[in-house]
Amino acid sequence: MADEIIIQTQGLVKNYGSVHAVVGLNLAIRKGEVFGLLGPNGAGKTTTTLMLLGLTAPTAGTAQIAGLDCVRNPVEIKKIAGYLPDNVGFYSDMTGRENLRFTGRLNGLGGQELETRIDGLLARVNMTEAADRKAGTYSRGMKQRLGIADVLLKDPQIVIMDEPTLGIDPEGIRELMALIRELSEKDGRTILISSHQLYQVQQICDRVGIFVRGHLIACGRIEDLGKQLQSDQSYVLELGVRPDTPELKTFLESFPGVVQARFENSLYTLQTNGDIHTELTRALLDKHFDVYHLHQRGGDLDEIYRRYFEKAGEQNGSQHESTEQAVEKKHRRV
Amino acid sequence: MEASTSLPSKPSRKSTGAYSSGMAALYQKEMSDHINSPRFLIAFILLLVASAASIYGAVSSLASAAGSADSASSISSDYLFLSLFTTSGSSIPSFASFLAFLGPLVGIVLGFDAVSRERSQGTLNRLVSQPIHRDSVINGKFLAGVSVIFLLVFSLGFFVCGFGIIYIGIAPTWEEIIRILAFLLLTVIYASFWLGLAIYFSTVCRHAATAALACIAIWIFVSFFLSMIAGAIASAVYPLTGYGQLYNQLSNYNLTLWLERVSPYYLFCEAISTILNPNVRSLGITSMNAYSGAVASYLSVDQSLLLIWPHVVCMLALTLLFFVLSYVSFMRQEIRAN
Repeated sequence: MADEIIIQTQGLVKNYGSVHAVVGLNLAIRKGEVFGLLGPNGAGKTTTTLMLLGLTAPTAGTAQIAGLDCVRNPVEIKKIAGYLPDNVGFYSDMTGRENLRFTGRLNGLGGQELETRIDGLLARVNMTEAADRKAGTYSRGMKQRLGIADVLLKDPQIVIMDEPTLGIDPEGIRELMALIRELSEKDGRTILISSHQLYQVQQICDRVGIFVRGHLIACGRIEDLGKQLQSDQSYVLELGVRPDTPELKTFLESFPGVVQARFENSLYTLQTNGDIHTELTRALLDKHFDVYHLHQRGGDLDEIYRRYFEKAGEQNGSQHESTEQAVEKKHRRV
Repeated sequence: MEASTSLPSKPSRKSTGAYSSGMAALYQKEMSDHINSPRFLIAFILLLVASAASIYGAVSSLASAAGSADSASSISSDYLFLSLFTTSGSSIPSFASFLAFLGPLVGIVLGFDAVSRERSQGTLNRLVSQPIHRDSVINGKFLAGVSVIFLLVFSLGFFVCGFGIIYIGIAPTWEEIIRILAFLLLTVIYASFWLGLAIYFSTVCRHAATAALACIAIWIFVSFFLSMIAGAIASAVYPLTGYGQLYNQLSNYNLTLWLERVSPYYLFCEAISTILNPNVRSLGITSMNAYSGAVASYLSVDQSLLLIWPHVVCMLALTLLFFVLSYVSFMRQEIRAN
């Protein structure tokens, strides 16, 4: 059951005129896992989620959820898949509870069953006190929590969330992440999160897919992605040392294992072949240098993300240079 | 296979009625939205005041006509109750012309932000991600709007009827009742046309204000300016100066009429003046030849209806046209989160 694939896309393509939003996406998400779709703004994440729900027709390729084709059976799919859009909105002149009741009735629920379910979900997302206030008075975080209750109302097997952490304070994000994790572990739901906020998503995702300009450039567990990067590129060590003398630079460059040493932002960035930070710090201390900053890059998602972007940029840049890409590259440098 | 206990029972229940239940829920929500909204209240009060004023005007001029008490009076005593709807007071328009002016306003008020509000509130993408067909959103909106218009127009019509019975003390005949019902139904179609137009603009325009302005511009144009422009165009094509006047008179008049009939306002006015006044025997120009040998009598209901049948079909077609336009543009629109 754990290996059962519930969301699958094959060669999914979406073009908006001459703009390629999604290019040949092949994705397989297993039942019960939390999958993070990561990428910068405009990478095609939202387009992908909309295609999965049958809200946008793909230009080419197929998408399936639980064996159902997303183009042919959108209503069946929307019965088992809940969607939390980014900037989720509610009817401002209805209370939170009324909003949920309306969603429930759209899902064919009604009567006492619906009321008990609404009460349960309001308690679960911690919105019981605010439930009878008009939704127009809700803060961003409250709307997001009500949105989760709204999605869970139909008891979906799959929950798709678009930028769920956007505009929420750190405490709210922590609660949200705990809730998402609980949805996966306790209820056994499959969760697809699209986000550009890496750290938060990193904590809860089983697997991530990195999405750049419509291409899925990497997909797998975070540790695996990190290892993959470290194996095909050398280690990078950030080093802050006092006092900063000319001898220090020559010492660092001549140190065994160091490929290149660069000085930027008052820190040294060393490219090394292998993990040499213990030897290096010991040697520096012996020379009476003071090490006040030491950071082994790689392994965390931010680094993975950045590196994969660079790789994708190089590959795409050599293939075809469009103005759009040129603009995007410039933005990345800034 | 199902993770949750409630899941297996759901598809069987919903596969039978997902469409209808979604549609019903949407329809109910739209109805209650309309009825609870302050602008609906404003439109209702506006129309109520207008119809009260028009009855007052009609009753007072009917009374003065009765006071002068001669058979040569322009008001036909045979259809006194109907003249309640068409008679205007000294400075107050009749109920029928009030509806011709304000009916569009009701349609526009109910529809101008139907889709754009969902979009700007961020509820549209949440709505379409529910297990309903996408077209039930727009169908529900249009149907709810038409129902509200129906309720509004008929309650006002019955209000006028009731007041009329109290004031003039004459109960309407069956024929008059049928004519009044036909008139009210025509008004519903007329206002629904404007609702369809407003919904279309609310689908196409990003901002509700743009849609409202576009609708109001069209409303003012077809209600007030089209007749002037029609006359000017007709005079340019068939000049009424010099000797040409003799040859061009008929063509000029016909062209003016056809151009004016482009406007639903004009269609509506022609149709209601025919249905509410059995004296109207033809629309447009009739030659003396055609009149010779005609029996001088009132037109029966079915003959009046026959006369305005093309108008009814045209108005229905225009309404449907704009509904279909908004339907198609809504279905083809990208649902994006913004």
